[in-house]
This record gives sequence, C-alpha cells and structure tokens, in this order.
Amino acid sequence: MDARRLEFLAGVKAELPILLGVSPFGMIYGVLALSAGLPASLAFAMSSVVFAGSAQFVGAQLIGTGAPGIVILVTTFVVNLRHVLYSASVAPYLKHLNARWKCILAYLLTDEVYAVAITRFTQPGGSPSTSPSLRWYFLGAGLAQWSAWQASTAVGIVLGAQIPPGWALDFAIALTFIALVIPTLTDRPTVAAALSAGIVAVLTAGWPYKLGLVLGAVVGIVVGLLVEGKPKAGVRRP
Amino acid sequence: MNATSVALGMIIVGMGVVTYAIRLSLILLLGRLKVPPLVQRALRFVPPAVLSALIFPELLLPGGTLMLSLGNVRLLSGVLAGLVAWQSKNVLLAIAVGMVALWVLQAVLPS
Repeated sequence: MDARRLEFLAGVKAELPILLGVSPFGMIYGVLALSAGLPASLAFAMSSVVFAGSAQFVGAQLIGTGAPGIVILVTTFVVNLRHVLYSASVAPYLKHLNARWKCILAYLLTDEVYAVAITRFTQPGGSPSTSPSLRWYFLGAGLAQWSAWQASTAVGIVLGAQIPPGWALDFAIALTFIALVIPTLTDRPTVAAALSAGIVAVLTAGWPYKLGLVLGAVVGIVVGLLVEGKPKAGVRRP
Repeated sequence: MNATSVALGMIIVGMGVVTYAIRLSLILLLGRLKVPPLVQRALRFVPPAVLSALIFPELLLPGGTLMLSLGNVRLLSGVLAGLVAWQSKNVLLAIAVGMVALWVLQAVLPS
C-alpha cells in the first residue's frame, strides 16, 4: 500500500470513534428537520449543502418558526464564525496544496474533522515537507464524517416520518440546545453571556423577523466580553 | 416543487455558501488577513449566547406568553434536562430525560 492510501485509512480510523457520537445527532437532526416543517428532500439536502451540525439545528428551528432568510443567514454566520479559527489554524499545513485540494478540504472542515486533522498535523512528522501525504489523512477523516452524517440524516428522516406529532418532538431541539449549552458555562463571563442573551431574547420575542434572537445573541457576546474585562488591565499594574 | 420549497432551497444554499466561505477564508487568504484579537476573544461567548437566546423563549414563552409557574411543563422538563446534562455530561441522556419528563408531566398535569 502506498503512503497516500495508508494516510487516508489512518484518517478514517481516527475519525471512527467520533462518529459514534456524531451519528445520533445526524439522526436527531433528520427527525427534527421534518418536525420543523422541512420537506424530506430539503432536510436531506441541507446535510450535504451546509454540512455543519449546530448550524443545521439552528437553521431548521428558525425555518420552522418562519424566520426570514436574512435572519437565518446572519445566525448561520454567527454560529459558524468559530470556523475562522480552524481555517487559520490548518492554513499553514495546506498552503503548498493546489486550489482544488484547498477547496475540497475546506468543505470538510467541521469541528470534529478539524480536531482530528490538527492533532495529526502537530505530531512529529506532521509537517507537509516531511510527509506530503497528509492531505489524504485530512481527506479520509473528512469523507468518513461526511458519509456518516449523510447516512445518519437519511435514517433520521425515515424514522421522523413515522413519528406522530403528539410526541412533541420539536421540544427535543430545545433540549439539544440545553445539553450543548451547559458545558460551555465554565466561568462567570460565559454564564453572564448566557443569562443576558436569554433574557433579552425573551423580552424581544415579539419583535418581527426573529430580530430579538439576533439582538439577544449580540448582547450576550458583548456582556461576556465586558464581564471578562480587558486582559491588559491586570498586566498594567505598577 | 412549490414556491415555498424554492425559497427554502435558496435559504439552505445561502447557509451553505456562508458556512463554506468561512471555512475557506483563511486557508486561501493565509498571511493576507488576520483574525482580530477582539473577535478571537468574542468567539467563546458565541455558543452560550446563541443557544440561550434560542432556549429561553422556548422554555419561558410556551404558546407565546410568559409563563413562570409550575404548570409550565416545558420549563420544568428543560430545567431537569439541564441538571442531567450538568451532572452526567451526557447529551443524549439529557435529551432522553427531558423528553420523557415532558410526556409524563403532560399526562399528569391538567392543561
């Protein structure tokens, strides 16, 4: 087996344990997208067009409540902004690749694939000059997750079509968000960000076009930054 | 495909373009563009802020009106799910407990 194939398979293998955690979410997304009112074809298309779990959950929820397109796009931007950091972080390891490779790997740059790829890149022998096949490792991890995400979404859509509306499965979206927000509340600034965002969102829930959601998120981020304070302030003591 | 499906399809394509542009941005523009420090600091507040802005109205405004009572089954189930997530750090368990709590409370409490 040549080096490219070995790296590809190593990437797939590194991604496998993560897929055990990701696949249930693909299924939940499929179920919830249908209960939010998306047609099955579009719910499935979103998994390949967007390919970003949290943005898909938020997007399906907003589509279900009839939010306008621009609000959905702004929210998608805010939710996925963290990927700027991933993009910056892997860029030095991909700079020698041609544009086609860069475009393919960028499409596969999810949270989980980033975690797996950057771990490999920063290991000994991970520099592109010593191991030019590393792009295949990234590709292997990315395609493994892509395939699992499409398949689990499809299973969720098939299951979701069988579930009666009386089960109130739309509430599982809120529960998913609750379970995801708890681990992010690690200190006072993050708790302040969460509380202020939530309170503003409740107070402005009657606003048109779901603008209250965007305002709540922005207020939360600003409050988090203010409570955290400027990092320089502590250093400037005489 | 009707007009609504076309509009939804365009929104989904837009979401895809936004997401892809963010992921591709610095892979292509390396060295020409830096992430400002303020944005880097702000990023860790995005998940708690966005998620809470989605969660609070779902729990506190069932049916569109503020409901801060023990009769609010969504609030009770959501708080319980939050406690389970906090103690167990298990996302799927928290969702399961929250859904079962909602079903049980809906069946037990008069609505």
